[in-house]
Parts: sequence; structure tokens; C-alpha cells
Amino acid sequence: MSDQQEPALRLKGIVKTFPGVRALDGVDFEVMPGEVHALLGENGAGKSTLMKVLAGMHQPDEGQIIIAGKPVRMTTPIEAKAQGVVLIHQELSLVPEMSAAENIYLGELPLKRFGRVDWTTLFERSNAILKRLNCNFRGEVTVANLSIANQQMVEIARALTVDARVVVFDEPTASLTDAEKVVLFEIINDLKARGVGIVYISHRMDEIFTLSDRITVLRDGAYRGTLTTADTDEDEVTRLMIGRSLDLSRDTAEHSLGEVVLEVRDLSCAPLFKKISFSVRAGEVVGFYGLVGAGRTEIAETLFGLRSPDSGEILVDGSPVQINAPADAIKLGISLVPENRKEQGLVLSMNCRDNMTLPQVQNLTTGPFVSSGAEIAIFDKYRDKLEIKTPSWRQTTRVLSGGNQQKIVIGKWLSMHPRVLIVDEPTRGIDVGSKSEIHMLLRALAAQGYAVIVISSEMPEVLRVSDRIVAMYSGQIMREFTAEQVTEDSLVQAISGIRTSEVA
Amino acid sequence: MLLNRLKAGGPAIAKQGILVAFILFMIVFSLMSDRFLTADNIMSVFRQSAIIGVMAVGVTIVVIGGNLDLSVGSMLSFATVLVVDLHDKIGPELAIPIMVLATLCLGAINGFLIGILRLNSLIVTLGMLSAIQGLVLIYSGGQNVDIVDQRGTWFAIFGRGSVLGIAAPILIFGLMAIIFHVIMSTMPFGRKVYAVGGNPTASVFSGIPRSRVVFTTYLISALCVAVAAIILGSRVMGSQNNVGQGYELQVLAAVILGGTSLLGGAGSILKTVLGVLMLAFIQNGLILMGQPYYTQWLVTWVVIIVAVWLDVAAKRGRLFSPIA
Ligand SMILES: Nc1ncnc2c1ncn2[C@@H]1O[C@H](COP(=O)(O)OP(=O)(O)OP(=O)(O)O)[C@@H](O)[C@H]1O
Ligand SMILES: [Mg+2]
Repeated sequence: MSDQQEPALRLKGIVKTFPGVRALDGVDFEVMPGEVHALLGENGAGKSTLMKVLAGMHQPDEGQIIIAGKPVRMTTPIEAKAQGVVLIHQELSLVPEMSAAENIYLGELPLKRFGRVDWTTLFERSNAILKRLNCNFRGEVTVANLSIANQQMVEIARALTVDARVVVFDEPTASLTDAEKVVLFEIINDLKARGVGIVYISHRMDEIFTLSDRITVLRDGAYRGTLTTADTDEDEVTRLMIGRSLDLSRDTAEHSLGEVVLEVRDLSCAPLFKKISFSVRAGEVVGFYGLVGAGRTEIAETLFGLRSPDSGEILVDGSPVQINAPADAIKLGISLVPENRKEQGLVLSMNCRDNMTLPQVQNLTTGPFVSSGAEIAIFDKYRDKLEIKTPSWRQTTRVLSGGNQQKIVIGKWLSMHPRVLIVDEPTRGIDVGSKSEIHMLLRALAAQGYAVIVISSEMPEVLRVSDRIVAMYSGQIMREFTAEQVTEDSLVQAISGIRTSEVA
Repeated sequence: MLLNRLKAGGPAIAKQGILVAFILFMIVFSLMSDRFLTADNIMSVFRQSAIIGVMAVGVTIVVIGGNLDLSVGSMLSFATVLVVDLHDKIGPELAIPIMVLATLCLGAINGFLIGILRLNSLIVTLGMLSAIQGLVLIYSGGQNVDIVDQRGTWFAIFGRGSVLGIAAPILIFGLMAIIFHVIMSTMPFGRKVYAVGGNPTASVFSGIPRSRVVFTTYLISALCVAVAAIILGSRVMGSQNNVGQGYELQVLAAVILGGTSLLGGAGSILKTVLGVLMLAFIQNGLILMGQPYYTQWLVTWVVIIVAVWLDVAAKRGRLFSPIA
């Protein structure tokens, strides 16, 4: 790479405002050909917005987009793609009823005469792309039947249909397994070797540092600087991003454990999980670690009354309970922060406040009317506690940044003051600062006497927050560790289904 | 100019596509007919819109909850025939409650099939539309029904009475609209309907009894039909077997005009009232201009399309948009 080389893409002084929000405030950004340029910033810093401007989905209020030396104006994603700019979305944007192949070539299906779709070519080409991505499914399958990770792969495959100049990955790994990540990184390196400029957005520092050549940091919509990855470290990047250093040590402050609050005996629900037994005490954080698909989410859903078990018992405070619906679970003090915020966590068309108070709206009344004051008080409290960035409680949750949406869901269940709090992938898509705050919050909740269950596919997270760790593999509990016993190796073995003799 | 306003996305007037269109229509009509803006004419339009209006209140709630109700038209036939027929047989004191109960039962059937069994609401209520029409014919044996003593019954007050010079149908419509507007915008039940319509899955994950909420929206819709039937029966003092035919589309048109999203989760009863009035004024204006009644349908259609377009354009911030 010579120094005189033209950037593949340059953004100059981009300003973008939404009602009440200055999402981008004069941002400069450039990507060289063959470079992986990471874009970092807190939730709501404007990363996705910047990329949407780049991909023709938003028009900037001010500023210029320069591709290969020429200023361009792009008003649709298809136009952007024609310029060689492809965006892989943070949130999946596939048509579930269509085949993977149709999704890959959406808007540019190969045609025969009279506008008929050329299916042979379509499937041939898309299968070639899927093969390059090492996918174990074919273009003919319907997207709705694919796992989330495979849907993500389809989304990525879309980028490979043209000779891209710049490919943007907006948090591509949020729902990928480690193995799938390896494949993704290979693809990125492959694109890079062919001279494609890559923009990579992620909240995972380890990924940023293995992949990227340079790092640009945004904060509150403003450009904070660009660093060369080789000359910097996590601490410097974090300080640029959130204005302070992070304490990543485990909170080891001892607090006494109370009685067993929740106990599960031989709970089975074929074919999802079988013979699950464990207990959680007041003041304890139990981590459930395993691969995606190990049955952890399904156990949580059963405890929350969303599935009925085939056999087994659930005990709360020592007495057996029947949980037939979420309302039963809520009455017993069990809360679930679900895995998928957009589908299960939020009513996107509703505002922030209403979403947060939804489970308790029946009780927040003065006379027959919902008490707006009580609702706003709750919202304000958790907005401050979780540092949710939104211009006001009136904002619909649809336009919040991904991380802030997640915080609304967490706030919703914290405000219920549950006795047992189950959180499923609580920090997916959350920035490092808030992530460590959520971790501390979970520890603090335990210290106040809550029983907390954390389901996570991120080992550092599980290690950091749990007092005990339950390792699961394909619907079964393989082993239980205490925080003192656990080692990374034994944990990896357990979740891969390797039974080892108990450590003496 | 309008485009710029829309782009700015700000001023309420641009967002209120329906309000803009409504005012434009009023201006055009009042320029073309000097009878249009007279107090008499306005009152009569209000009175005529009451039946559609009361029904539209219920359907708005169903639609906000994420479903459709196409059965309200034949349900209106059923309820009106029943209340008129029973009036002379057992007297109005009994006829009204029995008719209300029977209509609620029909609503409960809708609610059960759609809320509890989770069947598609379009198919269920379309089926109910013809099933209920059949039921009416079986009940009446094809005969139209009449109230014999039209002067001596207090049943007349609902359709023909007035308080302080305001016709009873208008009062009933106003009252229903206000009550349900308050319920929808300030009470827990309303919040739950919006939530269930906006995202059923997330509502269930928040402990909201989705089936029960949907069930209740159909009960409300049936209740509104029963009220509309009282007004209609009392005004006409008789009923044809198919008196409600086609009402479902007029009602739905008013709801859509009012900007309630057919996808569920968004909408407002007060705006539906605006939609109802707008439809009524358009039809009235065309009649005053000497147009045959069937032009109303063409014009109504155009108005709906324009209103919906302005509405989405305001949301997107531009008139033509490649992305949602
Ligand atoms: N269509 C919109 N209307 C109004 N506000 C918006 C819209 N899109 C984004 N915003 C706001 O702009 C800001 C930046 O959002 P953006 O999605 O770019 O954040 P992000 O950096 O991608 O965050 P995350 O890491 O959480 O994904 C946020 O405050 C968000 O609420
Ligand atoms: Mg984002």
C-alpha cells in the first residue's frame, strides 16, 4: 500500500439530524483499499447511522461522500451497491418467506427474456457464494427455516454478489458461534486480500484487535480520532470512546448467600432438554454457559411459563409451583430478559416509557387511569441507572440504537423487582462501557438478595459475573463449577460434550 | 411547499394528512354549494354518520389490536332485525338487553376463533359476514320487520329524540367515542391492545394475556354494533334483512382514513371520528352538488388513497421513497 493511494471511500463532514437528535456532527471517515477499518463508539454514538448514510439509506444534511476520488450522491441501497458499497445490517433484513438465493440477489435477480427469473443461474451463482462462505445449506432453502446464524450468512452472502469496493459489517458477530466467526474472519481477510476496503463495527475488542488495521472512534455523533491498531491498546481506545478507563476485574466482594429461591428437579422437555436439575440461592449469580442451541434459552422459557415441560418439578421457596403462563411467573417473582430484543423484548411501535412499564401497567394506576407520573418516574430512574440515550421517553423504540433498545428491555424487568432474574444474552450488542455496567449491576442485584441466572455464550462474561457456572451441551447439564474451580479449558471441554473426571 | 413541509417532518399539519385533506374538502364544497356549511346541513351530516361512527369506534379497537372485523355489517342487520322484531313481542325493556346479549355472543364467537384459537381474522370475520346474514334470514324467514306503534314507544328516543337541540344519535356517537378514546389512551386495557397489536410476541413475553385482550376487542366491536343497531332500529322503526350490507367497508374506510394502521399497534379513535366525518361530508357534498350516489364510492376511494399516501409520506419524510 503506497501512501499516495486514493482511499476507496471518503466521508467528509457528515451531519445528520433526526428530530431531537444530532446523530452525526461533522464526521470524517475514510477507508483505504485492502484495509479493515474498525468503527467504534458507545451505543447510540452514530455508527449505524453513518453507515446508513454511506449506503444510501439516509441522506446527509451536510457533508460529502467521495468514492474513488469522485463525490457521489446515493439515494437507494441499490445505487450504493452499484457504486460498490455494500452494507451488511446490524439487524437482519431478509425476507423470511423467500429462498436464500432470492434473498442474496434481492432487487437484482438474474432475468431471462420477458422478465422471467432465471432460476438456474440464480441458484448456481448463489450456491457458489454460499460455498465460498463454507455454508452447509443451499440457496434453495427458505430463509425462515434457517438458524439465526445461517440467516446472518445469507446477509453476508449478499455483499459478495458484486465486485464490492467497500463492504460494511455492522456488528456481524452478535449472533454467531465461535466456529462461524472463524469463517467470517476468513472471508474478511479474503476480501481484504483482493483490495476491498472493509468497515467493521463491533463492540468486541478482541475482534477489533485481531482484525483491524485502523480504528476510528465516534462519541455522541462526533468524530474523536483515528488510531493505528498496531500502535494502540484497548485502554486507549476505551478512553477515547467513553472518556474513562474500565475496571474489568471481577467483583469479588463477598456477600452472604440466602435460602434457595428457585429449584429445578429433573425438568425435561423433549427434544430440547432433559433431566435438568439445579438451584439458585438468593444473592447468587448462576451462569449458564454453552453453545448456541444447547437448550439454555428453552429452559429459561419454561421457567417463564412460555413452554410446558414434559416432566419434572419447579420449586420456588421450597414449594412446587405450576407456571402455565408468563403472568404466573411474574407473580412468583420470576422475570426473563429475552434473547431477541426486537422480536421478544420490545413493541417497536411504542415509546420508551410504555415499553418499560408494560408488564406492570395494570398496577400503575390512579383510579382506573394509568398514572403517567408513576410511569415517568420509573422510566427516569432506569434511564439514569442504565444510562439509556434517548431524547425523551416519547421516542419510539424503533429508532433507538441497538444497545439502547437492549437497555430498555433490561430496565423493564429490573423495574419489576423480581426475586429471580433470568437474563438471556444480556449484553449482546452492548458497548464495552455499558457492558461492564450491566455486569456490575447483575452483581449488585445479587448482593441485594436477588437470585440471578445469566445465560451467555461469551466466556469472559460468564466467568466475570457468575458465582457458579452450569455448563450445558445439547440439552443436558454436563458439569457445574464454582467460580473458584472453573478454568477456561474445563469449561470448553464441558460445553463440547467431553466428559472429564471430576477435578479432585 | 407541501413537500418541504413533509420533509421538515415537523409541523403537525404535514403529519396530519387526513386533517389537511379534510379541510381542503370542506373549503371546496363550501365554495361550490352555499347549503353545505349551514348549521342544518352540518347537523344532518353528523346525525347520518352516527351509525357508521359508532361501529367504527369498535372496529378501530380491533384493528389497533392487530386484527380485522368484516362481520360488523351483517352483525348490524342481525341486531337491528332482532331488536325491532322483539320490540313488539316482548317490549323494548327486554328487547334491548336480549339483543345486546345475542350480539355480544356473536362477538364472542369471533373473539374465540381469532383470540383463543388464533385463526386468521380476515377469514374468520369474512366467514361470519355471510354466516350471520344467513342467521338473519333464518330468524326472519325473509320477512322485513316493523314496529307497529311508532309514536307510542319510548324506543324512539335513540334515533329520533334530541337533547338541547342535539340529536340523540350524535350524542350517543360522541359519548361512545369519548368513552373508548379515554379507555384506549389512558387505561391499562388500551395500552395492552396497542402492545398486542404492535408486537404479539413481545406482549406475551411481558406477561400480557394476548388471547384475552384480542377476545375483548371483539366483544367491544360487537357492543358497538349493538348500540348502532339501537340507533338504526329506533330511527327507521323497522328493518330490512340486509340493512347492514356494505357497512363493513364504509366502517373500514373510515378507520383507514383516520390513519389507523392495518398492521396493528397504532391508531386513534378521535382520528377515526375525523375519518367518519370526512366520509360523511364528502358524500353529503357530492349529493348537494347533484352527483349520483355511486360517484361517492369513486371519490371516497381516491380520498382514502391520498390520505394514506400523505400519511406514510409524512412518516418517511418524503413523498416518494424507495425504503420504508
Ligand atoms: N430514524 C431515526 N429517527 C430518530 N432517531 C434516530 C433514527 N435512527 C437513529 N436515531 C438516533 O441516532 C443516534 C445514533 O444511532 P445509531 O443507530 O447510529 O447508533 P450506533 O452507534 O449504531 O449504536 P449501537 O452500538 O447501539 O448500535 C441514536 O441516538 C438513535 O436513537
Ligand atoms: Mg448500531
